[in-house]
Amino acid sequence: MGKVLMKGNEAIAEAAIRAGCLNYFAYPITPQSEVAEYLSKRLPEVGGVFLQGESEVAVSYMIFGASACGERVFTTSSSPGISLMCEGISYITAAECPAVFVNIMRGGPGLGGILPAQADYFQAVKGGGHGDYRLLVLAPASVQEAVEMVMAAFPLAETYRNPVMILGDGLIGQMMEPVEFPDTLKSAPSNKDDWATSGMGTRASGRRNLVRTLYLVPEQLNAHNLKLRAKYERMKAEQVRSEGYNLDGDYRVLIVSYGTMSRVCRTVIDTLKQQGIEVGMVRPQTLFPFPRAAVHAAASKPSCRSVVSIEMSMGQLVEDVELSVLGARPVHWYGKCGGEVPTPEEVLDEVMKLL
Amino acid sequence: MGKAFHKPESMADVATHYCPGCTHGVAHRLVAEVIDELGLRERTVGIAPVGCAVLCYNYFTFDFQEAAHGRAPAMATGIKRVRPDLIVFTYQGDGDLASIGMSEIIHAANRGEKFTTIFINNAVYGMTGGQMAPTSMPDQRTTTSPFGRKTALTGMPVKMAELLSALETPAYIAREALIKPKYINRAKKAVHKAFSYQVANTCFSLVELVSTCPTNWGMTPVDALKWAEDKMLPYYPLGEYKTPEAGRLNPAAGRKHAE
Repeated sequence: MGKVLMKGNEAIAEAAIRAGCLNYFAYPITPQSEVAEYLSKRLPEVGGVFLQGESEVAVSYMIFGASACGERVFTTSSSPGISLMCEGISYITAAECPAVFVNIMRGGPGLGGILPAQADYFQAVKGGGHGDYRLLVLAPASVQEAVEMVMAAFPLAETYRNPVMILGDGLIGQMMEPVEFPDTLKSAPSNKDDWATSGMGTRASGRRNLVRTLYLVPEQLNAHNLKLRAKYERMKAEQVRSEGYNLDGDYRVLIVSYGTMSRVCRTVIDTLKQQGIEVGMVRPQTLFPFPRAAVHAAASKPSCRSVVSIEMSMGQLVEDVELSVLGARPVHWYGKCGGEVPTPEEVLDEVMKLL
Repeated sequence: MGKAFHKPESMADVATHYCPGCTHGVAHRLVAEVIDELGLRERTVGIAPVGCAVLCYNYFTFDFQEAAHGRAPAMATGIKRVRPDLIVFTYQGDGDLASIGMSEIIHAANRGEKFTTIFINNAVYGMTGGQMAPTSMPDQRTTTSPFGRKTALTGMPVKMAELLSALETPAYIAREALIKPKYINRAKKAVHKAFSYQVANTCFSLVELVSTCPTNWGMTPVDALKWAEDKMLPYYPLGEYKTPEAGRLNPAAGRKHAE
């Protein structure tokens, strides 16, 4: 199949179908409602399930119920909606069920605005809901990458039996770009007989399965948390992804940036290069696990004098950058979070201050 | 001659954690008997609530999921939509269903989700230690209404069977009680009907079961049964409130519960 021009939200919707996910539950919220609109038409064509829930809270439990049966399922929402889903997400991680959540971020806090932002970094990467849990968080920087990440997300969720979150900003959802869809995934969750409540009659073992999150005995709950922690450590060892940009030259400043923001930074790096000024960038593609080693290595290059986190949030990504650089270089922050994407000129001015 | 009375296959052969005089055990048994009678065990998924019945999966022998507080109807919706061949029921108390889960139950019922809800109304929060529920009776003393429920401040008890029957979508809604053998026999019939409608893919079904909580009511089991009959039944009339065939019914006007 060749390239087609698609809006990010619709491409994400189509990517899920091609990943073999025919079950979608959602509640409308700007700027990602096109996903639900697209799937309300498309899923019936392919014999799938589309349901508009009564709230994001309910949707997160529809996802839980369906995924606990061993069926591939996903939802999409935006910042305030994801806040409501965080309750369900905590339970789904505790119950070790696979599911995919897409957050097309808008500005916050509160109702905030409807324009692009990256202000849910902490919520996605550090928790959001209650208890000790982690999501595998993928951050696309283009519509094409969003498609690829959505299609990768389902097998990842099933491998780790953990929710995967696609963290995109509003621009990823709203802009149109050419995309090429990878081959359709055919695989289904393979180990589900061990845990899914799919009806005892469907299993050779004849054993019943329980999906639960209550552990009243402290030793058992601690053991459960250690088991989950071991899984998150395995993600750190196996799933870190990042992309370097202009890291070969003797750059004096290293940018760390992700998503749409990183594309603006690329433009700035290209502009400065034409003026003979070298600036490098590490773009995390996974936000959890965070590419600490890649950031540390790039920051430690002898030519590098300082590191700057450029983000559409008020200093969230920068904390993981600091934890990666570990004091080897001074770490700075620049960002905006009102729905405006900083312009190349604004970013260039900030970078020039550090040169 | 074979055994005339035996433990349902759907019920585990273990002691429950419920207090003396609690009617959860009776409700569990009715559900297990019906699942056996209809031959559904191999394809049933139950959903446990948050409340005293949070561990109810320990007493059943088929697949179970454990919900967050009030969210069982949303989980049941998720299961039933992606696996319509499964038989799904939620088992919820009054704090779970009528307070924090009010939105989920109303919307699931209104969408006509084809699952069954067993709703235990004992007019109090059990597991958290006897706090006031939306179903607590006027002037009922609880740990958060120590001077009795003041309806001027907290409203009148919520009548879930009546409230859900007001929805236009076809459904089977009934209220029965677990406080005397004659009521229990009627409750069994209602539970059987509720699951049968699900098997036939007819409609959403809910059976509210007026129950007792001697521990949190501060009564002996026998006094609790009497209190439920004297105080709760006049306010919570028993009978069918809605059937897919007849539409809305009015048990309060039609018949007396103490036949």
